[in-house]
Amino acid sequence: MSDPIIPTDMGPLIPRNRAMHPAAYDIDYKTSVPRSPKWPLLSMESTPSEETGPRFGHSLIGPMDNNLIINFSKDANKPAIGERVLMHGRVLDENGRPVPNTLVEIWQANAGGRYRHIKDTYLAPLDPNFGGCGRTITDENGYYEFLTIRPGAYPWPNRGNEWRPMHIHISVFGHSFAQRLITQMYFEGDPLIDHCPIAATIKNRSQLDRLVSALDFSKSRPLDFLAYKFDIVLRGRRQTMFENKLEGM
Amino acid sequence: MVQKLDTLVETPSQTAGPYVHIGTIPTFAGNPGIYPEDLGLRAIEDGAAGEVITITGSVIDGTGWALRDAMIESWQADAAGKFPGQAGADAKVNGFCRFAAHKDTGEFTLRTVKPGKTPMRGGGFQAPHIALWIVARGINIGLQTRIYFEDEDNSADPLLSRIEQRNRVDTLIAKKTGDGQYRFDIRLQGDDETVFLDM
Repeated sequence: MSDPIIPTDMGPLIPRNRAMHPAAYDIDYKTSVPRSPKWPLLSMESTPSEETGPRFGHSLIGPMDNNLIINFSKDANKPAIGERVLMHGRVLDENGRPVPNTLVEIWQANAGGRYRHIKDTYLAPLDPNFGGCGRTITDENGYYEFLTIRPGAYPWPNRGNEWRPMHIHISVFGHSFAQRLITQMYFEGDPLIDHCPIAATIKNRSQLDRLVSALDFSKSRPLDFLAYKFDIVLRGRRQTMFENKLEGM
Repeated sequence: MVQKLDTLVETPSQTAGPYVHIGTIPTFAGNPGIYPEDLGLRAIEDGAAGEVITITGSVIDGTGWALRDAMIESWQADAAGKFPGQAGADAKVNGFCRFAAHKDTGEFTLRTVKPGKTPMRGGGFQAPHIALWIVARGINIGLQTRIYFEDEDNSADPLLSRIEQRNRVDTLIAKKTGDGQYRFDIRLQGDDETVFLDM
């Protein structure tokens, strides 16, 4: 499964700045209330268990895996219904370096706001030609691309009348197990973002803005699809010439 | 004014939501056949060196209810303490595994080999352990924790040694329930809340 790449000791991970993330407990997102740890996290410098991680090779990825418009039907004549969208961007680390050859996975609702999942019972219909998941591996410069349809907004049980903005879930590995990140991409101009208690778990507005993808005409293809740009930053490693002390020093 | 830092800020986390399986384990979501094979189905392949073990447990919320929608990932060294990709590592150990709480019972199972102790940067060893990352609806940022083993020598482990409340150390230690069988429950909140990590 893993490609044989030998990790080198490049220094410990930069500790996570938790103020830039949502807190575990948020009363307006009701499910977080019983699922949030109450005691402080145990902080410690990363060890090899956090600094190493799984590597996935191109052999894992099928040729249609990053094309959600046809990867369910497996038939170019049976595309998914919806606004055709290219989702693209780069994966970087906190030091500004591209993260190449790393796995990116996405999942989303269909154009009507319905997920293809055994537990989704929303009244919007399933699209017989849409599965709702995709995966790819970043290139040597950290770039990734998915062709998909714009997901619909949908209601969900939380407060009295709650709607999720249009969003695509995204999961990134990096090269260290403690770089693991799952987040959500929103779409420029969606008025529901400002009403969403899940988006609002991020209290720092400039951090929330970073989850809103930008309409990008430079990659939009005439008479075919619109493009949205979404860059992702993972944790980096602390790299100074004083990192690797000799044993016992 | 001071000089501008040129470092970037990590992208903020959002909950994985109730349908995390669609993107991570599509077969579990009821959608087989989209990918050639789901990722991380097995921590080990046949022939991996060491003791094959099975760890079962649940992810339990503050009310005592086992989550039915949690998704867990594990990462570990092989029986000799080498991580996949390191020189001399056991090629039959993938190290990485994905598993989900059962949709009806909330129970999860991880089948793997018991890892060896692993060296620390600057000397010393960590006791055998498996790193976990837990996501679910209502979890706003993935939770890191570890599984240690009650039948190993954990006395010099640097992480366990750092836990001030010694009564909480047990939350990270899997209980042996039979030959090669362990139990490890993860409590998100309440009495015996699991120690979660920031590493």
